Amino acid sequence: MRSTVEPPTDAGDTGRWLHGVLREADLGLLSGLPGMTGEPVRPVRAAGLVAVVSAVPLTEYGEEALHRNLEDLAWLERVARAHHRVVDALARAGAVVPARLATVHHDDGRVAASLTERRAELAALLDRLTGRGEWGVKGYVVPGAVPQAEETAGPGGAGAAYLRRRRAQLTAREDVQRNAAAAAAAVHEALSRHAVAARRHAPQDRRLSGAPTAMALNGAYLVDATAAAGFAGLVETLGARHPELRLELTGPWPPYSFVAERPAEPARVREPAW
Amino acid sequence: MTSTPSVVQNSGQVLPAGHEPANLGDILERVLDRGIVIAGDIRVSLLDIELLTLKLRLVIASVDTARQIGIDWWEHDPWLSSRARPPVEPGPRDPEEVEAERRPRVAARARRRDVGREEWDEIDG
Repeated sequence: MRSTVEPPTDAGDTGRWLHGVLREADLGLLSGLPGMTGEPVRPVRAAGLVAVVSAVPLTEYGEEALHRNLEDLAWLERVARAHHRVVDALARAGAVVPARLATVHHDDGRVAASLTERRAELAALLDRLTGRGEWGVKGYVVPGAVPQAEETAGPGGAGAAYLRRRRAQLTAREDVQRNAAAAAAAVHEALSRHAVAARRHAPQDRRLSGAPTAMALNGAYLVDATAAAGFAGLVETLGARHPELRLELTGPWPPYSFVAERPAEPARVREPAW
Repeated sequence: MTSTPSVVQNSGQVLPAGHEPANLGDILERVLDRGIVIAGDIRVSLLDIELLTLKLRLVIASVDTARQIGIDWWEHDPWLSSRARPPVEPGPRDPEEVEAERRPRVAARARRRDVGREEWDEIDG
């Protein structure tokens, strides 16, 4: 909760909200693209790279204000959508490294300094992302695939019969879950083979996904643009092969999932331990 | 093998550029926890935000849901792996109760490390 720099050298009451970093050649769509406040976004150039920023009032986007406003879901939604809209537009024009939400600098000079400082890493990322898009594939459990267990006569009367019935129900539910988990692993593996890189994110909670059943797969796949149609076809094929999962494909997204620095491990999946 | 087709939706490819993805959760998941971290001048630790505490609560809820279906790969993640509790029984739990039990440990873990990049969920609207 502290600023680490001297007061800004220009317009002290505005900051620079960073949307993403790209190459000059990919800057095509920029003109007139509305940013966080509706004003057009601007380029900040340094080290052969371009940062796309929105000028934002610090009364709303300063440290204290951000802290307060991020608590407000309506505000967060508006800001998240505005940021994403810019990043998405940039991604449609070329490779972009999306910035995490709420990356704010005091002025253009500070943005340029960040570009210079991270130049090699950013350039390598842009090389890796060029001509590729991120696709999301979610898999939801489809219940009901397992037949109801026959109620067999047995010793012990009604109480025991109830317990047997209950146990059969639980077993059936476990079967559904096991089948879904196995299908999720198989689908992810197959999709990973058709992707440049793959990440398996934690399944979304149902309150977030809005889906009636649990999510078993929340995957992100970096796919060559030329292979995107084939990837979509593969999702369809896999969906037909695994009726125990309902697959949902979204994209192309800007490559949000493939720019996080994880130096110790490549963006390849950590295989789940089942 | 049944021939029941799974539903495949494509919210991007078949729609015109500039289409607003309908799912706020998908957007929040990406812009809050993915994307490159560049140290700006305005330091806002997302973990200090109450909303993000809510997010952590939902991570926990989602972890329980996921464990029920046998997904436990995050157990190998240092951010989530130091849990001492045994797995919960399958079945619905009150998220408030889950959160109340785990909040102190999650908060402590959260203070030790930046927010987990993958292992989270976000609140709904």
